[in-house]
Amino acid sequence: MPADQPSSEPLIRARQLTKRFADFTAVDAIDFDVAAGEAFGFLGPNGAGKTSTMRMVGCVSPRSDGSLRVLGMDPEADGVRIRGRLGVVPQLDTLDTELTVFENLLIYGRYFDLSYDEARRRARELLEFVQLNERGDDLVEPLSGGMRRRLTIARALINEPEILLLDEPTTGLDPQARHLVWERLYRLKQRGTTLVLTTHYMDEAEQLCDRLVVMDKARIVAEGSPRQLIEKYATREVLELRFPVGVQETLDGVLDGLGDRVEHLPDRVLVYATDGEAAAAAAHDRGLRPESVLVRRSSLEDVFLRLTGRTLIE
Amino acid sequence: MATVGVRHFEHNVLVYRRVWRGTVFGTVLSPILFLSAMGVALGSFVGELPGMGGVSYLAFLAPGLLAAQAMQTATVESSWPLLAGFKWVRSLEAAINTPQTPVDLVVGHLYWLVARVGIVTGIFLVVMLIFGAVASPLALLAWPAAILTGLAFGMPMAAFTATQRNESAFPVIFRFVVTPLFLFSTTFFPLDRLPEFIQPLAWFTPLFHGVALTRSLALGRDLDVVVLGLHAAALVVLAGVGTLVAFRTFRRRLVV
Repeated sequence: MPADQPSSEPLIRARQLTKRFADFTAVDAIDFDVAAGEAFGFLGPNGAGKTSTMRMVGCVSPRSDGSLRVLGMDPEADGVRIRGRLGVVPQLDTLDTELTVFENLLIYGRYFDLSYDEARRRARELLEFVQLNERGDDLVEPLSGGMRRRLTIARALINEPEILLLDEPTTGLDPQARHLVWERLYRLKQRGTTLVLTTHYMDEAEQLCDRLVVMDKARIVAEGSPRQLIEKYATREVLELRFPVGVQETLDGVLDGLGDRVEHLPDRVLVYATDGEAAAAAAHDRGLRPESVLVRRSSLEDVFLRLTGRTLIE
Repeated sequence: MATVGVRHFEHNVLVYRRVWRGTVFGTVLSPILFLSAMGVALGSFVGELPGMGGVSYLAFLAPGLLAAQAMQTATVESSWPLLAGFKWVRSLEAAINTPQTPVDLVVGHLYWLVARVGIVTGIFLVVMLIFGAVASPLALLAWPAAILTGLAFGMPMAAFTATQRNESAFPVIFRFVVTPLFLFSTTFFPLDRLPEFIQPLAWFTPLFHGVALTRSLALGRDLDVVVLGLHAAALVVLAGVGTLVAFRTFRRRLVV
């Protein structure tokens, strides 16, 4: 419907978007835009306000303040029409465990008013897409977590949505299952589906997101592409030093000047430097003998630590 | 608009197609057991009912049990299985992420109660027929009367369930509301067996209206249109108010 949506307008536009529950503010006056075809992420720890934001965008949670436009419409007034063009993968699986894999897709298609024929056709296609075509007649109950997740994604695609909302799509999955999910989402992204996802996994955000906002305590604290954020808030490399018990407490000032910035965590010291190896050599020259030395590239984890003074998963 | 609630009803039917085998046994066996033990055996002990012109106890009891069965089925259907949709299976949360609205889900649940109570009471009526416990062709109208009785319980219960965080209130409701109503709402004996000062209270108990309707129709007796209309109206009001309150409590539960 081009009339709804001048090409200049982003698919999602939030201004001063706020969600308050009785006695606390879950989302505090945030601004963001999501453009068509983009993979956009909300990165932050549990309780940062990511899910509340997703629910407002998904038109199942009225905003308390600010403005929100989704697909050029107002969720308050046009929730039904907007939801018809969204796909939602909730944080907790909401599959019908008593139904078969195929039936889950079929009945979901009916919720979108697809004919049974059309719902069947799409269900078959989607099972293929998420590599569950062998499991169509099986009940959901015995499926593994990763398979359920893929089925939930397939179900969210039954209405051929313009925007796919994914709330922590791989939380609780083992590494192999996560990669399979990522790979499918990447495929969707290539096809031009707009992805909006929340995550508290740095690697997930780096893998999938073109652009992301970092959320902490109901607010957006930074915005950019993963690369931009790392360049802005961290150095190219990080030197991780672990010391024997008791030694780290004696290091006050000793590490100064080794890198651009030194961060003391309970179990290790992070030295932010352009050249990690050089920093490691310099530490050695100062007579430091850590138990282990690791040089790695900076990640969004470091960005988050810099922005909030805390690690993401505590 | 024509499809309000229909999609969610289809969902419940699809789930039922997977689980119906587990319900058949109870649905068929329950009326057989009740009618043979209480209708036939106890009935032969009770003998001819005084002042009822040759109506057997079996014929008196059966429509009462029919209405009570409707109450029971609808109340159960609006308790644990519905809470599962909100909390455990979360199928209602899944549905609300589509163009479906809380109103759709409430209306879909209402359609589902009609179907589910309709199946159970339909089978009950057939068993009654086989037992010779049907005295009038009007008994066919006892079917919709029983379904209406189910809605009068099922819709208020659905509204209540949407407000519940866990299932702890359900056993209390069954023990202190459903069972006493089953025992005292003229299911087993006529109203004049209760102490006189209690009798007017019967008009405030929903099952009493359901039993009065199904019994008059099944026996083809006491067919005062005004009285029957009042009984039906009481049930319609309960079902209607329950539905309106459910619109609100479903919304509060799902859209927050």
